[in-house]
Amino acid sequence: MSRSPERILAGALALALSGGAALAEPLGLGRAALPEEIAAWDVAVLPDGTGLRPGSGDVATGEEVFAEQCAACHGEFAEGIDSWPALAGGIDSLTDPRPVKTVGSYWPHLSTVWDYVHRSMPFGGAQTLSVDITYAITAYILYSNGLVEDDFVLSHENFTEIVLPNHAGFIVDDRETTEYPLFRAEPCMSDCRGPATVTRRAVDLSVTPEDPDGRPAGTIPALTLAAAGDAAPAEAAAAPAAPAGPDPALVAAGETVFRKCAACHKVGEGAKNGTGPALNAMVGAPAGAVEGFRYSKPLLEAAGAGLVWDEASLDAFLENPKGFMKGTKMAFAGLKKPEDRAAVIAYLQSLGP
Amino acid sequence: MTDTPTTTRRGFIRAGIAAGGALAAAAGAARAGTPDPLITEVQDWASGFGDPVDATPYGMPIEFESHVVRRNVEWLTESPVSSINFTPIHALEGTITPQGCAFERHHSGAIELAKSDYRLMVNGLVDRPLVFTFEDLLRFPRHITTAFCECAANGGMEWGGAQLEGCQFTQGMIHNMEYTGVWLRDILAEAGVQTAGKWVYAEGADASSNGRSIPLEKALDDVMVAFFANGEALRKEHGYPVRLVVPGWEGNMWVKWLRRVAIYDQAVESREETSKYTDLMADGTARKWTWVMDAKSVITSPSPQVPIRHGKGPLVISGLAWSGLGRIVRVDVSRDGGASWESARISGDAKPKALTRFHLDIDWDGSEMLLQSRAIDETGYVQPTKDALRAIRGVNNVYHNNAIQTWWVKPDGEVENVEIA
Repeated sequence: MSRSPERILAGALALALSGGAALAEPLGLGRAALPEEIAAWDVAVLPDGTGLRPGSGDVATGEEVFAEQCAACHGEFAEGIDSWPALAGGIDSLTDPRPVKTVGSYWPHLSTVWDYVHRSMPFGGAQTLSVDITYAITAYILYSNGLVEDDFVLSHENFTEIVLPNHAGFIVDDRETTEYPLFRAEPCMSDCRGPATVTRRAVDLSVTPEDPDGRPAGTIPALTLAAAGDAAPAEAAAAPAAPAGPDPALVAAGETVFRKCAACHKVGEGAKNGTGPALNAMVGAPAGAVEGFRYSKPLLEAAGAGLVWDEASLDAFLENPKGFMKGTKMAFAGLKKPEDRAAVIAYLQSLGP
Repeated sequence: MTDTPTTTRRGFIRAGIAAGGALAAAAGAARAGTPDPLITEVQDWASGFGDPVDATPYGMPIEFESHVVRRNVEWLTESPVSSINFTPIHALEGTITPQGCAFERHHSGAIELAKSDYRLMVNGLVDRPLVFTFEDLLRFPRHITTAFCECAANGGMEWGGAQLEGCQFTQGMIHNMEYTGVWLRDILAEAGVQTAGKWVYAEGADASSNGRSIPLEKALDDVMVAFFANGEALRKEHGYPVRLVVPGWEGNMWVKWLRRVAIYDQAVESREETSKYTDLMADGTARKWTWVMDAKSVITSPSPQVPIRHGKGPLVISGLAWSGLGRIVRVDVSRDGGASWESARISGDAKPKALTRFHLDIDWDGSEMLLQSRAIDETGYVQPTKDALRAIRGVNNVYHNNAIQTWWVKPDGEVENVEIA
C-alpha cells in the first residue's frame, strides 16, 4: 500500500507521455495478484514472443491432433468447412472479389495463432490444449500453408524466426488523412445531382428473414390488424388432450439450449450431417447409426458393444462428452446443469425421423 | 401543416377496412360515418379491474409489442454461439436502447458469471499487479456516461449492394445505453502504470476471451468499467456483471465479462485485431486499428419494416444519427435521392458519442421518394455516400460501412432498401 515517490513519478511520466487525463491518487482497493494467479490468467502471446511458454511440437503430432480436435470445422487440411474459417490457402487472393483470409494469406503474426489456439480453441473446449500440443497445431497450420516442411518442429526458441507472408500487409488507420479531408467539405443543399434512378433492390436477392405474411421480419403491424387481434378469442384452450411424449415446456426449453449444439448438429426435415451427425429421432436409437457420418473410432467401438442413446446414456454423454467417451470427435465441453440436459433430451425426443 | 387535425384511430380502422391497407385517399381530416363503438360502448377495460400490482415483478412489454425483438439472419454465421443479432431500431423511438432488445454479439456464447465469482486482474507493466472483486469495484468513485455501441460490421452485408430489407438488419448492430461504472483510469491508478506502458489489453472471462488492445491514451480518457446499464444491472448478454465501455470506438472493443486488463509496451495483435476487425482495401493491403466509428445516420421510420399506412398528408420522418468523434450537430434529409436536402430537427439532447434522434415533419403528397439522411458531426465530418467510400476502400472491406442509406418509398407507402445512380 505504500505510495513511493518513484511510483508517483512513474505515473506522472506515463501521463506526460500519453497526454491522457490525470490519474487519480490510489485508494488502496484490491489486493496483490499472486504469481500463480497471473500465470493462470496472463496467457497472452505477443508478436515479439512475449508470453510464449517453453515447449515444442512437430507437424506430424499437429496433424494428428488437428484431425481430431480442429478438422470438424476447419477441415482436414485447414481449408475450412462451410463458413467456418479457412486457416490455409488463399495466397494472393486478397484483391479477388472473394478474398480468402487465412493464416497464410492474411494473418500478420504467428503469435496470434498460438495465442488464440491456446486460449480459445477448440470451439466449445477452450483452454484444454497443452503448451506442446499448441506448438504442434501451430506447426501443422504452417505446414498446411506450405510455409514449413513436414519434419518441422516449432518451439519457443525458433518461434520468432517465422515471418508470415502477409506480415507487411497492414497499415495503421489512415482515415484522418485519406478520408476526413474529403468528407469535411460543406455539403451541397440543392441541385446536388441529376435525377436518381434505382439500380439495385434488396428484394431481388430475397435473403431477408420474413414474417409469415412475407413481409420483412419484424414489420410493424397495421394498427387495424392489431385492433382486430384484440377481439380474437384465444384458441389455445381448444388444444387436444396432451399426447404421450415429452413435456412441451421442457421441449421448448430444450430447443433454446440446443442452440449451443446447432453449430454442429442439424435437425428437422432434410437435416444433413454437418460437423456432427444429424440428430433426428436419435433418442432410443443405437449409437453410431446415422448414415454417412464419420464417427470417431471409440464411438464406433462403443456402438459395436451395443451402446444405445437412451436418456441415461445421453445424460452422461452430454454432462461430460470426453469423460464419457474418451476420443470422441465432439469438441463440446458439456452441459453442466442437469435441467439443461433434461431439456435437450426432451427436445431430441420431440424430433421425428 | 402541423395544425391540420390528425387522423383519428377510428379513421384508421374504417379506412383500413375500406381500402384494404392502401389508403392514400383517406388522408387528411377523417370523418366518422357511424359512431365508433370504442367510444360509444363501455369497454371491459373501462369497467372491470386491470392487473394487480406484482402481476409481473419484473415486467415485459405488453403482448401487442411482441414484434419488437432482436432478430438474427441465420445464414450469416455457422453457429449461434458465435454470432450476432440486430436491434429493432425501426420500432424504437428516442435514443436509449432497452437492454432486452439491444443487439447481441458473442464469440462463444453469453456466459453466466455471478458477482460473487467475479474477479478483475490488472497486471503487466504496473507497479502492483492487483485483483479486484466486484465489491471492490463498487467502492471506486462512480460515474455515468451515455454511449452508442456499434459493431464494426454494422452494414457490412451492404458493401456490395443493397441486400437486406429493413434498418434492423442493415443498421441494427447498434445500441445506446446510459452506463454507470468507474473510470478505467481510476483502476489503473491503483496498480500504477509504468512509463514503458503504452497499451491496455482487455480480455473477457468467456471462452473466446475476445482480447483487444487499446492505446493507453484512450484508456485514460473516457473508457469505463461499467456494471449498470439504463439503471439496472447489465443483462447477461451484455456482459453481466462487468463490461468495458469504449465510447465512439467499435463494439468489439467493449469487452464483456471483463476479467483482465494488462499493460504492455506494444499491441497484443490478438485474433480480433488482426484476422478480424481489420479493413481489407482494394489493393490487398489492410487497415488495422480502425477503432473510431465515423458519423452515420439512418431513417428508422419510414423504412422497409415501417411502411406508410396512413396515406398522404402529415408524415413524421424519424431517424438516428451518431458519431464516434463527438456530437451530432446537424442531420439533413433528402426526398429525391440526394439532389436536394433540408435539415431535420434534433430532438432531445445531442450527447457526444451517443445516439441522437432527429425528426422531420413533412406533408407527404403521396408521390415516390428516395429518402436519405446524412449526419454531420462537430468535427465537420459529413456522412458520405456508399460510392464515395467504395472509391477509396473498394468492396472487400467488411467493416466500417457508414454510408448514406437510401429508402425507396412508393406511392402505396411500401418501402424498399435500394441503391441508386
